[in-house]
Order: sequence, then C-alpha cells, then structure tokens
Amino acid sequence: MEDFLKEYAVVATVFIMLGAALLMMPIPQRRPDLIRVVAVVAGFAVFVISAGIFAFYDWEEGGLQFQMRWEWLENVGFFEENGISLYFGVDGIAAPLFLLNGIVTFAGCLVSLKIKNRNKDFFILLFVLSSGVFGVFGAQDLFFFFFWYEVAVLPMYMLIGIYGSSTDFGTFLRTKEYGAMKLTMMLVGGSVLIFVGIFTVFVEAGLGTFDLQALGSVSYDVNFQKAVFPLFLIGFGTLAGMWPLHTWSPDGHVAAPTAVSMLHAGVLMKLGAFGILRVGIFLFPEGAAFWMPALLVVGIIGALYGAVSAFGQRDLKYMIGYSSVSHMGYVLIGLATLNEIGVNGAVLQMFSHGVMTALFFLVVGALYDEAHIRDMTRFGGLAKSLPLIAGFMAIAGLTSLGLPGFSGFVAEFHIFVGLFQDYEWAGVLAVLAATITAAYVLRMLAMAFLGPFNERWTRLPDMSVNEVMGASLLFAAILFMGLWPDPFVDRIASTIVGFPGIES
Amino acid sequence: MNLDYSLLIPEYWLAALAALVVAADLTVPATHRLRIRYMSGWLAAAGMVVAIVVSIVPYLDTDKDFGGLISVDDYTTFFRVFFCGVTLFTILASMRYMEQRLSNPGEYYGLLIISTIGAIYMAAARELLTAYISLELLSFSLYILAGWSRTDLRSSEAGLKYFLLGAFSSAILLYGISMIYGVTGSTTYAGVASGLSGDVGDIETGMLMGMALLIAGLGFKVAAVPFHAWTPDAYEGAPLPITAYISATSKAAGFAWFLRLFSGAFMPIIDDWRWMIAALAAASIVLGNLVALRQTNIKRLLAYSSIGQVGYMLIAIAALSPDSAGALLLHLAGYAVTNLVLFTCAIAYHDETGVEEISGYAGLAQRAPFLALMMSVALFSLGGMPLFAGFLTKFILFQVAVEEDLLWLAALGVTGSFVSLYYYLMVIRQMYIEQGPTLVRLPFQPVMYGAIFLLGLGVMLIGLYPAPVYEMADDAAQVLFV
Repeated sequence: MEDFLKEYAVVATVFIMLGAALLMMPIPQRRPDLIRVVAVVAGFAVFVISAGIFAFYDWEEGGLQFQMRWEWLENVGFFEENGISLYFGVDGIAAPLFLLNGIVTFAGCLVSLKIKNRNKDFFILLFVLSSGVFGVFGAQDLFFFFFWYEVAVLPMYMLIGIYGSSTDFGTFLRTKEYGAMKLTMMLVGGSVLIFVGIFTVFVEAGLGTFDLQALGSVSYDVNFQKAVFPLFLIGFGTLAGMWPLHTWSPDGHVAAPTAVSMLHAGVLMKLGAFGILRVGIFLFPEGAAFWMPALLVVGIIGALYGAVSAFGQRDLKYMIGYSSVSHMGYVLIGLATLNEIGVNGAVLQMFSHGVMTALFFLVVGALYDEAHIRDMTRFGGLAKSLPLIAGFMAIAGLTSLGLPGFSGFVAEFHIFVGLFQDYEWAGVLAVLAATITAAYVLRMLAMAFLGPFNERWTRLPDMSVNEVMGASLLFAAILFMGLWPDPFVDRIASTIVGFPGIES
Repeated sequence: MNLDYSLLIPEYWLAALAALVVAADLTVPATHRLRIRYMSGWLAAAGMVVAIVVSIVPYLDTDKDFGGLISVDDYTTFFRVFFCGVTLFTILASMRYMEQRLSNPGEYYGLLIISTIGAIYMAAARELLTAYISLELLSFSLYILAGWSRTDLRSSEAGLKYFLLGAFSSAILLYGISMIYGVTGSTTYAGVASGLSGDVGDIETGMLMGMALLIAGLGFKVAAVPFHAWTPDAYEGAPLPITAYISATSKAAGFAWFLRLFSGAFMPIIDDWRWMIAALAAASIVLGNLVALRQTNIKRLLAYSSIGQVGYMLIAIAALSPDSAGALLLHLAGYAVTNLVLFTCAIAYHDETGVEEISGYAGLAQRAPFLALMMSVALFSLGGMPLFAGFLTKFILFQVAVEEDLLWLAALGVTGSFVSLYYYLMVIRQMYIEQGPTLVRLPFQPVMYGAIFLLGLGVMLIGLYPAPVYEMADDAAQVLFV
C-alpha cells in the first residue's frame, strides 16, 4: 500500500488537476456552485498529496523517490529504449517545491471562489496551469519536463486576458491584453532557446532517449557545454525573471487576477530557476561554471534594480511585481555561487518567496477587489479599519525584508553566507539590495496602512473567510520555514550534496 | 509485369461511388431536391467509410507493385486512409453549407471523391507520368470546386486564379520531368535513381535544371514561397469546406509525392538539391508567418499560416531520411486533423452567421462554448503547444532536422512557430476576451459538433498518446527506403 501510494503520488497531483479541469467542462455555466465544489475538493486533494510528498520524502536516503515510469514512445523513428517516457520522480529539491505548489494552488482556489463571471473557464485554466507546474517539478524526462513547462504557460494568456485588470497610469493605459500578450510571448520566446538546446543535447548525447538521468550520465565536451548552457540559462532565466528579461513580470503580474498572480509569481517563476538547476547545471556542470559569473552579475543587477524600481512604485501590485524581480535575483545569485550553502539558499528562497509573494498578491487582491484602486498614496491608516489586510500585509512585508523568524531570513541568510564564501564584493551588493527592500516595504506599510486614517475607506470590508483561510495557510508556511527550517534544509541538502557542478 | 487489378479495389470503389452519387442526384425529381442535398451527402459519407475499411483490411502488410507504376504498400495504405478520412470529414462539414449556399450536390461530392483518387495515386505512384496524371486529376477537381460558388465573384476569381497558375506550374513540372527523363533515360523512380547513381557529386546541368523545375512545380502545389501567390486568394474565395479540403488534402498529397519521389529517385544526389528545399523551407517559414500577422480575414490568416506550416514540412524533406519521413507523416496526420477541427468550427460558425472576419469571432466563447473551445484547441495545436498534436509532431520534426545537421532550419522553425502563436492568440482573444455584439446562444448542430468532437479527440490522441499513430507512420515511411 505504501509503495503504491509513493508510486502514484506525483502522477496523482498532475492528473487530479487535469482531471478536475476535464470534469468541469460538461458542468453548465449556470451552476457555479458545483464548479466551486469541484475546485475546492481538487485543490484540497493536491494540497494534501503534495504535503505528503514533502513529509514522506526520506532525506536520509536521498536521491529520487516517488518514482514512476510509463513508456510513451520507444523504438520508433530515432527513439531507442526509453525514448520518451512519462517518468516522474521527486528529489530533495523538488520536494519543497511540490509543497509550495500545493499550498499556493489551494490558497488560490480559496480566494477565487468569489469569482462570479465565468468561473468555470477560470478554474479549468487555473488547474491546467497548476498541473503543468506539478509536472515540471516531477519530470525526470527532458521531453516531458519541457512539455509540462509549456502546459504551464499555455493558459496564461486567457487567464490574464479574461479575468485580469488594466492599469491606468494617467498618461497612458497598460491594458490587461498588453500584459497578457507580453507575458506569453516573452515566455514562449524564451522557450525557443530551450527547444534548440534540447535538440542539440539529444543529438550530442546520441542515446536516443530523453531520460534526464541517462542524459546526465554523458560527459559532454567542454566547448559544447559552454555553447549550449546559455541557451538554457537565458530560456529558463526569462521565466525566472532574470534581468534584463524580467520586463514581462511586473506588467503580467499586475494585469493578472489574484489567484493567477499568486501562482505565477509564487510558483511559475520558480520553474525557471528550477530549470536552470535541474537541466542547465545538472547536464552541463562545466558550462555552468564558465557562465556563472555572468549569472551572478545579472542576478545582482536584478536584485538591486528590482528593489530600486519597487521603491519607485505607487501602485501596490507593481511594487510587488518589482519586488519579485528583486527576490528572484537572490535566487539566481544563490544558484550562481555553485556552492552547497548558496544553492541550498536559492532553493529555500524559491519556497520562501513563493509563499511570501503569494500572500502579498492575495492581500492586495482582497484590497483591490473592494477598493478598486491600488495606489498606496490614496490609502492611509487602513490598519484601523482593516486589521486583517494590514496584518497579513505586514507579515508578507516583514518576510520580504528578511526579519528573523520568518522564512525570508532563513533563505537570504543561506544565500549571503554562500555568497561571502566566494564573492565578497557581490555579498555587499546583495545586502544593499536587502536594505532597499526594507526601505520600500516599510514605506509602503507607512503610507497605506499607518498614519492618519483616510475617511474615504471607512466602509471598506475586510478579508472574507476564504481569503483569511488562504492567507493563514501561506502564513503558516512562512512561519514553519522561519522557525523550523531543518526539514527544508535537510531535504534540499540531501540532493545538493553530490549534485554535478556544485562544490561542497 | 504484375497486373494484379485487385490491388486497386479501393479506387474502383471510389470511382463507382462518385458515379453513384452523381447519378443519384440526377434520378431524383426537382421537387425532392431539398432532401437529396442531404441524401447525396450521406451517401457519399457512407461510401467513404466503406472506402476506408476496404483500404485497410485487405492490404495490411502488403508490399505489391502494379506494373511498375503503382505500389500498394504500407505507405499507400497510410495515405488511402488519410485521404479518405479527410474527404469523409469534408463531406460531413459541407452538408449544411451546401444546403445554404451551393447547388448541384451530386457533382460536388462526386468531384471531391474523384479528387481523392488523384491524391491517393500521387502517394502510390512510382513513375513520374503516373504521378503527374494523378496530380492533374486532383488539381482539376479542385479548380472546379474552388469556383463552385458561381454567384460569388470571389469564388470565380479563386477558381480562375487557381486554374491559371496551376496550369502554368503543371507546364513547368512537365518540363522538369522531361529533362529528368532526358538525363536518366527513365521515368520510373527506380530507373531515375539507378541512372543517377554514377553521378554522385558531379551531376549534369540538365539534371539540376530538371530538379529545379520539378521542385518549382511541386512547390506551387504545396504552396511554398515563392510559389505561394495563389494561396490567399484561392483560400479566401473558395467555399469554406473546399478551403479546408485544399489545406489538408492538396498539401498532404503534394508531400506524399515529394516523399515517395525524393526518397525513391533522388536520394543519390541529395547533397545537390537539399539546399533548394532548405531555401524554400526557410522562405516559407519567414514569409508565411510574418504576413499572417497582418491578416484580418480568417481564411487569409489560415492561408498564410498554412504557408508557414509548409515551411516546417519542407524541413523534413531537406533532412530526408527514414526517420524524417516517419516524422513528416506523423506531422501531416496531426496537421490534417488539427486543420479540419479548425475549419469545421469555422464552417459551423459561418453556417449560422456568415462571418469570415476574425473580429466577427468576438464573444464566441459565450455564444458557442464548444466551438470556441475546440477552435482554441486547434489553434494551440497549430501554434505547437503541448497536450495537443502540434507540440509533439513539431518537436519530432525539428529534432529529426537537427539529427541531419540542419540546426539552423530547426531553430528557424521554432522561431516561426513562436511568431505564429501571436496571431493564433489574436483569434483566441476575439473568442474569449472581446465582448461580442450579442450573447444569444448558437443552435446545436449535431453533425458538425459530432465531427468536431471526433476530430478533436484525434488532436488529443496524437498529442497525448502518439505511439500507435507514430508507429504506423514510421512503418509506412520505412517502405520508402528499402
């Protein structure tokens, strides 16, 4: 029984999401209540399963667990044995990310229950998105890795275009269609490079299989590695919000509806960083070593640039959008150190930023749905009338600036330690970025939530029960990692040790 | 010489069916004409189902040849099923359109069936003139069908343009064939190949000229840049079901011939012609996709996007090998099913509203959720997104090209595919995001929706469980390289 559960846990997460989407299709649109039931049940199911995957991942044993392989295409055309297989498995890096996606998906479902207009299409698309994310985290086959990666990008255009919101800057209008198209085209454009990279790797390895472990066992020529690694770095880096290819991120996340912003900024951007680690560094350790100084530079620029830009925003959502760029910069910096503690920090930061930014977007979404503006200068003293919104906003903000006790501190601490080991000058700049983060977070809290109360918002309702539940879930995850990071650190370390190209 | 006439039974049946459909139309008095419009359609459709069965059952795993002119092997069987299937679904999609907008159903369905025979023999022929005659059989039927809507000026224009340019390209093609015959002394593919085998690396100018003319002629038939000029007008003017048919059968037949001919006759001198095909492919991908960005009419959009699609398919010819042939057959199958979904949805919408402009699709998701969903599935599939056929078939197609050292073409193909996603998304934007003028639900059309559902299942099947189709395609392709 236990083996059975372990074997099918990963595939269950993917197929519960897809199955729920399929199940909703025949439900007529005039029964939104039924849709909500299906959505919450499916969301809760994947949350439980992903929590189970995290909890039962045996870090003392390490390696790939929860493995399952279905043959898909083999011994046909140029494919040999195991040509393409639906091969899932979870390692110590993927385990926390599974948990992350489970939490954010469930929280996203909860806050989306209030959608009234066409909620069926919304949940179908949202679940397709989430299934793609689970698929990427579990995929051990390069073809399917990319397959699920594209599945996750596929529904974005419609989700943002239909349910998103446009932003009026006074002098010009950033429409949701613009944000949606920019996001989609930049991400698909990035995957053009990944496509080319995958083709060349397959031919260079000459094994006739896309099995990642098999491809990883080949030692590629150093010059080949140096030539191909940038394809993956830039391709995945686009999704990871790597400067200067981050520009889709603020526009896209601002235009997106709440749950989509949560999933996209919270989880989807991590796919990019995860791809750099799982495909780029794993297959081409020497190419990675060659290019990592460049990644370090763009990571630092991203962290600083994102923080400075966030400081300049008056729109709450744009501020969070740029803070995502900044925090993803830390993730890239952590990866660029290529040492155990730094990379461990990068993965911790993926989780931490995921729950933190999801909480940010959830709270801002709750505020925006009622107030219909997001300009922080036009609020003021909201903590008086909206204690829940203000409280959760403060929690997300303090996590963001790295207050000890919250998850952000643990993650950033690891990254900085890793950074100071090899690149002291970069460490100084990274800490500077963290300082700017503190400045813009505190400024935002002061402007919108503290200070004199703006009477205009007297009647504004606070968060609904569903939103509080979603936010509490995310808050619990933040606290869990902040107060007891061992389960995360141990799991990640079990895979990082002995990972190709990462020095101990 | 083997003249086993039983090998040709499926085509005998098709010819008889065509005659039957035409005759049935004549025997019914004019007062009953309204009913016969559907009756001849159903008769033709039922006949096509029989044709598919007759094509598969007796000929599984055969490899026989008819007088050195025609082969009946896995490859032929693959295309018999392929073309009969496309015709079947075109007939189903035509029925209401016929009732509303066209006349003479008997001849219409009869010509469709006749053209299917031409397409099948283009795939089956092993001799240049047989293939040429089959091509003309297909083309002449299509010239007439494209101009079927006699009261519509655009349709007449389409028919005339298609005919004039088609006749011109046929002349070029024949000239090429005559030069190849002059150099190699044979018109059978095997004879051409053996006539060439001494010339590796040093082919005669006459042969090169012949190849260039042949490729130009074929390039016209499949609508490759720079021989594509007829496509947008013919697509736009022809009745919608015929546009669907041209985009699937005419292209696939061209590539069926391409594959059989180039693998059978020109393999020995592949290094001398590869660059020509590669250049056509590159030009088609770039031009087709870029011009498609500016289109406002759904038929013209699909015309230009199909030119881009031809570019991807030509990559497989440039990378000709047993693997690439299998990949191309798989891609053709996926492409045809996807295109039929798209066009059948467009026809179903057109039947109700007469809309052809992309902006006219606004609000379709509210008015006909099923049509909008299936159309999005088809558009995403054409754009190469996963879960659907297009992702896998393109992936394999490009991977094969890289195996044959054509990385630059594959990269161009992926880029073109990326660009194409933009204009496919613009259609999806109309359907899902823009508000339509009305929210009134469109009536349910059982035949059309049923056909769309079946085709949609095909798109998902190739996208999610491709092994059976791929293995069939691969087996069919292996025959070419024995």
